[in-house]
Amino acid sequence: MKIFKYILVLMVTITTLSSCNKAASKESSTVAYQCPMKCEGDKVYAAEGSCPVCEMKLRPTSKIVKKVLSTMISDESIFNLTSKWNTQDDKEIELKELKGKTLVMVMIYTTCKAACPRLTADMRNIEEKIPTDLKNDVEFVLVSIDPINDTPKKLKEFAKENFLAGNQWTLLQGTESGVREFANVLAVKYKQISPLDFSHSNIISVFNPEGELVHQQEGLGVDNKETIKKIIETIKAY
Amino acid sequence: MVSIKGGEYIPLYGRDSMKVKINDFLMDVYPVTNKEYIDFVKKYPKWQKSKVIKLFADESYLRAWKSDTILGENQKEQSPITQVSWFAAKEYCECQGKRLPTVDEWEYVAMANKTIPDARKEKEYNAFILGWYEKPKTFNQTIGSTFKNYWNVYDLHGLVWEWTSDFNSVLISGESRKDVDTDNNLFCGSAAINATDLMNYAAFMRYAIRGSLKAKYTMKNLGFRCVKDNKK
Repeated sequence: MKIFKYILVLMVTITTLSSCNKAASKESSTVAYQCPMKCEGDKVYAAEGSCPVCEMKLRPTSKIVKKVLSTMISDESIFNLTSKWNTQDDKEIELKELKGKTLVMVMIYTTCKAACPRLTADMRNIEEKIPTDLKNDVEFVLVSIDPINDTPKKLKEFAKENFLAGNQWTLLQGTESGVREFANVLAVKYKQISPLDFSHSNIISVFNPEGELVHQQEGLGVDNKETIKKIIETIKAY
Repeated sequence: MVSIKGGEYIPLYGRDSMKVKINDFLMDVYPVTNKEYIDFVKKYPKWQKSKVIKLFADESYLRAWKSDTILGENQKEQSPITQVSWFAAKEYCECQGKRLPTVDEWEYVAMANKTIPDARKEKEYNAFILGWYEKPKTFNQTIGSTFKNYWNVYDLHGLVWEWTSDFNSVLISGESRKDVDTDNNLFCGSAAINATDLMNYAAFMRYAIRGSLKAKYTMKNLGFRCVKDNKK
């Protein structure tokens, strides 16, 4: 008779965002295990171990939450920023409301004719390459560096035109000082050179669900393999 | 604070390399001092060196201070505060109901010498600044130890470099394809070829140093002062 080692059932509370701009709601979930051969049908076990019939190692039915999201915001988290932002749906949020998902962020402006369409396309290409079962754990955020012109309405139109209409996309309008501060956190440089024209760095940044920077991709149309790898790693680590 | 009459000027790097309009505003006469910064961190402990978070300042933040509220042995209360990050400087100004100057505002006031508002063509003006850049440890001097300029503002040159709100503006205009890679080039001076006035090497140095900074960096010779909009 095999003795099953029972480990504490990990009760985790994951903060999920039902959509990019809704307030965070709390939800608790338990990790369940299942025999890969389904010897006993859909029977689930509360803990790791092996199947009593075929003795194969039980596999989790859902993604294991390996790290419990701390309720504290770490020293290096962008969630320390208290600036207010408007989404494309005209909802006011703070960055910390994005907590809980891996964040892929870029700074753009909608009247940009040269670099931003490429940057936006880069974001879309990255999004397309994230495996379907992980898509719910990642949020793609475009932050406007032109808060005067890029109103929520403008951002909404931009999202539609650029095929960024799904729940995984958030477009943000900040205040001028909020945008400057955020750019400084990303080390993105920009300067307005005429009323509708900015020069700016082209950087796509990846943050873990606690708001800590884990990766930056610099340049336009660069090979995004590394970025995608980092995003998937980050999703799986949480 | 003293009031600065706005106007137009052609910056070293500007919008369309053309004239930039500056509105009237108020500027601190001196850079913020050590003493003033002590008062600030006493009131806002989150900016004390033991409490500041990593997102907002690097390890050398206020390094020379003996403790959270006590200066180092060789530091004077009336010397300019240095080794503060952009985040700290920004918040300091905001807590006083002020803000950091923009690069354009700062450069506009700083192009004055003792007698005229735009002294950039004057040989002595440039020689003084370049002479200062070669001088070590001027941050140990006290505020007001340089000269009072046309606008009654002291110490824009000769004491410490100063943070500006938009120090992170890129230097190159137009849609740059790889502008993030150019810091090195800029620092070596190659970009000065694009400058509107080649005589203005000192100003170029300032743009170069700004271009090399990150907002959480702190430097021994980098302080700040605040400005305020002139509301009528």
